[in-house]
Amino acid sequence: MDRIKQVIDKTKRQTMLSLFSIVFAFIANGKTLTVGQNKQYKTIHKAIKFAVAFDTIEIHEGLYKEGNIVVDKSLYIKGINKPVLDGEKKYEVVSVKSNFTTIDGLVVQHSGYATLDDPGGIKVYDSHHVTIINNVLLDNFFGIYIQYGQHCIVKNNTIEAFGIEEQQIGNGIHCWKSDSLQIIGNKITGHRDGIYFEFVTGTIIWRNISFNNLRYGLHFMVSNDDAYIGNILKNNGAGVAVMFSKRIKMINNYFSDNWGDAAYGLLLKEISDGYIFNNRFSSNTSGIFMEGTSRINVENNSFYNNGWGMKIQASCMENNIINNNFKNNTFDVSTNGSLVLNVFNKNYWDKYEGYDLNKDNIGDVAYHPLSLFSIIVENNASVMLLYQSFFAMLLDKSEKVIPSLTPTNFIDEQPLMHPILL
Amino acid sequence: MNRLIKFVVLDIIKNRTILGYTLLLAIFSWSVFGLEDNATKGVLTLLNIMLLIVPLVSIIFSTIYIYNSSEFIDLMVSQPVKRNKIWTSLFIGLSISQILAFVVGVGIPLLLFAPLNIALSMISVGCMISVIFIAIAFLACAITHDKSKGIGVSIMLWLYFALLFDGLVLFLLFQFADYPIEHFMIGITMLSPIDMARILILLQLNVSALLGHTGAIFTDFFGTIIGTFISTFVLCLWAIIPFYLSLRMFNKKDL
Repeated sequence: MDRIKQVIDKTKRQTMLSLFSIVFAFIANGKTLTVGQNKQYKTIHKAIKFAVAFDTIEIHEGLYKEGNIVVDKSLYIKGINKPVLDGEKKYEVVSVKSNFTTIDGLVVQHSGYATLDDPGGIKVYDSHHVTIINNVLLDNFFGIYIQYGQHCIVKNNTIEAFGIEEQQIGNGIHCWKSDSLQIIGNKITGHRDGIYFEFVTGTIIWRNISFNNLRYGLHFMVSNDDAYIGNILKNNGAGVAVMFSKRIKMINNYFSDNWGDAAYGLLLKEISDGYIFNNRFSSNTSGIFMEGTSRINVENNSFYNNGWGMKIQASCMENNIINNNFKNNTFDVSTNGSLVLNVFNKNYWDKYEGYDLNKDNIGDVAYHPLSLFSIIVENNASVMLLYQSFFAMLLDKSEKVIPSLTPTNFIDEQPLMHPILL
Repeated sequence: MNRLIKFVVLDIIKNRTILGYTLLLAIFSWSVFGLEDNATKGVLTLLNIMLLIVPLVSIIFSTIYIYNSSEFIDLMVSQPVKRNKIWTSLFIGLSISQILAFVVGVGIPLLLFAPLNIALSMISVGCMISVIFIAIAFLACAITHDKSKGIGVSIMLWLYFALLFDGLVLFLLFQFADYPIEHFMIGITMLSPIDMARILILLQLNVSALLGHTGAIFTDFFGTIIGTFISTFVLCLWAIIPFYLSLRMFNKKDL
């Protein structure tokens, strides 16, 4: 059996190799078609019509109002000096329906608005190995839309819209039923969600900046095995929402200024087996909000200047919150139940008042991160009216001395004396 | 009357207590802004101190001062001066000196470190609180002739406004948790000048987002011109009504 398998593997490899050589041969032989005022072709439509697969189309400077441009061949479409493709608020601007296509250096603007078929600035249909780089997308309904895409790369694009209401604007980068995408170095602002994932697997989101979006900076729905690393999520309705997803890795991101009523840095809902490492949560109404979340490791994160550092609902279990810094938050942690199924250990809390006799940087007295006032507020939100009052202060102080109402096992057994250097 | 006010103000300033109070406020404020790198946090800490100390000092100092001036009041009553004028001049004199102390102690660091609009509203609210608790002190003094009783009443009143009232609010919030009582709560907060001052300031800071749904309703109310007008009016009433009551009692009092 093994022998047969080896042979099959070998033949497979050979076929792949020969396929690649064919591809390279085509690329080497491809011609370049130029589009522009005084160039070979006046319109993009015509150029695409006369092109064969693996040709290059160079679109020169100018304003092109050609309605919907369908790329149905494997082409390299390159903008020279940022040509502008305008959808006149009626059409989807560029529709990619072919594998191995590259869209590079275009300005795509004013796509149509339709809630039924969601036109985008650049939309990819059922294709693999599509690369969308260095484009500027202005005032589109959806910016870049990928459906049934595999191995696509979306890199260094600037996506800007001017949405006012959530229902009248689409997402910056919208991916649906796709796999193995790379979303890298894009700058997204003014859309509903900066980046939206639904049924997307095995994808990496790296070094994007998503700010001033109406809803979420980044949004996962039913998407498993993805990672987002080194992104900046600032000033959105909420920074990131991860919902109904498994095994999402969240590393080195910066969540800041997601401030307002019901705004979160990171919203986790019905997710499991994730990893939250080395992120910075700063000036959010709630740093992390967890609901129905299980088996998540939260390590080496900083929570600074948030209203609530973490809100952990009683529906969460088996989460480990280890080695994080909590500084200058109004409330470090809050929860709505008395059942505690999560572990807090070796975190730094700036409100910790214990001592360390053997100087091993671990406080000798366990720390209760829950304040009585935060628990009361969790039970009855209106009590926030007493925030900063002498009465609330007194309640907290008396509870600190003799804990009676807060869950006694909600503790950090080994609180750190000094913040971790992050 | 002007001469009377001038006399009272000078008398209070000669009394070292008010200077000590100014110094205390100044030390608090400067150290708060010196220690906190975040202006909002500084304002919040200062607000806490302000809403605790300013009413306490205003009410206790005024009560003691009025009792100590009983001989002076007796002397003035024997002169051809109306009782109205004596009582009012005492009130205005005390108010001027307390406001002066507050503005010098807290106002200057606020103006230097906090955003201008917040600083100005903090100063005006602080001045209002000073005047309100002086008025309440006058009421306490008019009610009883006995000095120790009067001071006792003042301390109880301070305790009520600073602490017990909040306890009552908490009780109400839990009793009526199932009902939409947010609008009703706006009315309730108006029953305590300290709470009202605190919420007025909180709504101007960005921490107001933490107040959630209730905060939004309060912002809707206090954010409008009518709301601002009403809240200022209510604070004025808090100064005028106790003082007016005390004035009536003083006029009829057998000294």
